[in-house]
Amino acid sequence: MNIHAIKAIYLFEMARTWRTLMQSIASPVLSTSLYFIVFGSAIGSRMAEIDGISYGAYIVPGLIMLTVLTESTSNSSFGIYMPKFSGTIYEILSAPISALEIVMGYVGAAASKSIVLGLIILLTARLFVDFSVAHPVWMLAFLILTSVSFSLLGFIIGIWADSFEKLQVVPLMVIAPLAFLGGSFYSIHMLPPLWQTITLFNPVVYLVSGFRWSFYGVSDVNVGFSLAMIAVFIVICLGIIAWMFRTGYKIKV
Amino acid sequence: MHPIISIQNLSKTYPSGFQALKSISLDIQPGEIFALLGPNGAGKTTLISIICGIVNPGDGRVLADGLDIVTQYREARQRIGLVPQELSVAIFETVWDTLKFSRGLSGKPMDKAYLEQLLRDLSLWDKRHNKIMTLSGGMKRRVLIAKALAHQPRILFLDEPTAGVDVELRRDMWQMIRKLRESGVTIILTTHYIEEAEEMADRIGVINKGELVLVEEKAALMKKLGQKQLTLQLQKPLDGIPTSLADFPLTLTQNGEQLIYTYDEQNEKNRIAELLRQLSALHVEFRDLKTSQSSLEDIFVSLVEEK
Ligand SMILES: Nc1ncnc2c1ncn2[C@@H]1O[C@H](COP(=O)(O)OP(=O)(O)OP(=O)(O)O)[C@@H](O)[C@H]1O
Ligand SMILES: [Mg+2]
Repeated sequence: MNIHAIKAIYLFEMARTWRTLMQSIASPVLSTSLYFIVFGSAIGSRMAEIDGISYGAYIVPGLIMLTVLTESTSNSSFGIYMPKFSGTIYEILSAPISALEIVMGYVGAAASKSIVLGLIILLTARLFVDFSVAHPVWMLAFLILTSVSFSLLGFIIGIWADSFEKLQVVPLMVIAPLAFLGGSFYSIHMLPPLWQTITLFNPVVYLVSGFRWSFYGVSDVNVGFSLAMIAVFIVICLGIIAWMFRTGYKIKV
Repeated sequence: MHPIISIQNLSKTYPSGFQALKSISLDIQPGEIFALLGPNGAGKTTLISIICGIVNPGDGRVLADGLDIVTQYREARQRIGLVPQELSVAIFETVWDTLKFSRGLSGKPMDKAYLEQLLRDLSLWDKRHNKIMTLSGGMKRRVLIAKALAHQPRILFLDEPTAGVDVELRRDMWQMIRKLRESGVTIILTTHYIEEAEEMADRIGVINKGELVLVEEKAALMKKLGQKQLTLQLQKPLDGIPTSLADFPLTLTQNGEQLIYTYDEQNEKNRIAELLRQLSALHVEFRDLKTSQSSLEDIFVSLVEEK
């Protein structure tokens, strides 16, 4: 295992985060704060409790997930797309490193950033609404697993994309709708039966549900099932990445 | 001594169906400077990219220091440094950070003293805290060289290192390349500047349309293919070449004022004296004479045109 190389890629990516601190951390925090002001305080004050939890508190886990999902995907995809675009990927390809090590560097950095971001949003939310976390360790576990799995997805998108448009279209057109429709702002039991069934095909439902359980001990779907779904998702992503590197898909001709 | 790079029947067909390399076989000896010449699109960059792991190899195989570049890529790549043809470097980074990054990728532990010396040698030490986007093209090229050397490779590939580099800097680079070789690094460079190959290389390979058409010691190449010409500036123009001189390869310029004798330096030792004696006997007198030797460029052009 080439630890020095993993560290080099990881630190390079984290340096990019610090350079673009405003964009990386401040803007998601700002937009999340706006959500809390609008949905949590303004609208939330007129909403009934869900599962015995005030609406403002109910949406906290969903909002964190929303940001973590989109940021993981876009950071990770950007991280690997840029060297491809600028040509500096030659250095990665000609270095004595394996595909796994490359992934660990890039995905590790993107996931770390998302985890930090998630925790910052958690603290920000605490300023707006009162809530407590019932299972902190599980909360962290869900946060880490989600960050890692969607950073893996972002990595795949970054390798697949051959234009900036494609790079942006997936987080915008796929991840965001899935996140919105994944029960971030409501319990899926509030939907008509047909939509409840359709929603179960949305992987984000399991993330949000599991994450919310770690806060309040209530969930839309079984927690064990949530974990299993995340595991399946990670395995699929890893499989696709392994295939990409084996065939040199879009990185090596 | 086993070759430091051994290319064995290497072919490459791009997914487009274009065959960029046609069964190339070539051994590079440790410590030599090897120049790869060839017109645009000949396959130079393709060959280098395969050895460095940037392009997938087709048939055949390549050993670097006896290590297979595919199955033993880790060990092989640790020995190899690459300065790419394109100026691709992360422009938002500082010189020092990008160098540290390169060192890290190789898996070798950080060595500040070595990296400092490297930057000093390349006159980049003063620029170490500058972002790369603030550097000139020539400086960026040197940053790429520093990155390629950050892990102390035994083999260095330079893909057109002096493209777009001014005369002074080019001399500096040649100097640096020689110093590297003295320290035991094997150097493979591509270039479009024939004088560069002539100046630097121990051996020269010419590649054209994916085929290695020639590999030769530079000196031997110059000798073997280097034609010499003796030009005689005549006192009085001649109407034609005298018939008694018919077995000399002579040409007369249109105005009849210059007589040109083309010869191979090696086989024709005494013929010049013979020619001059005969000319004197025929009372053909000349004001001036000069000899000239064909350059690598002439050799190269004639080789590529033949195909
Ligand atoms: N990714 C690719 N897909 C298809 N064809 C390619 C690809 N890369 C290079 N080629 C073709 O392979 C041939 C060799 O290209 P290569 O870059 O190796 O040439 P070169 O000798 O380095 O030329 P130059 O002196 O211009 O740098 C060219 O005809 C080029 O068009
Ligand atoms: Mg080239």
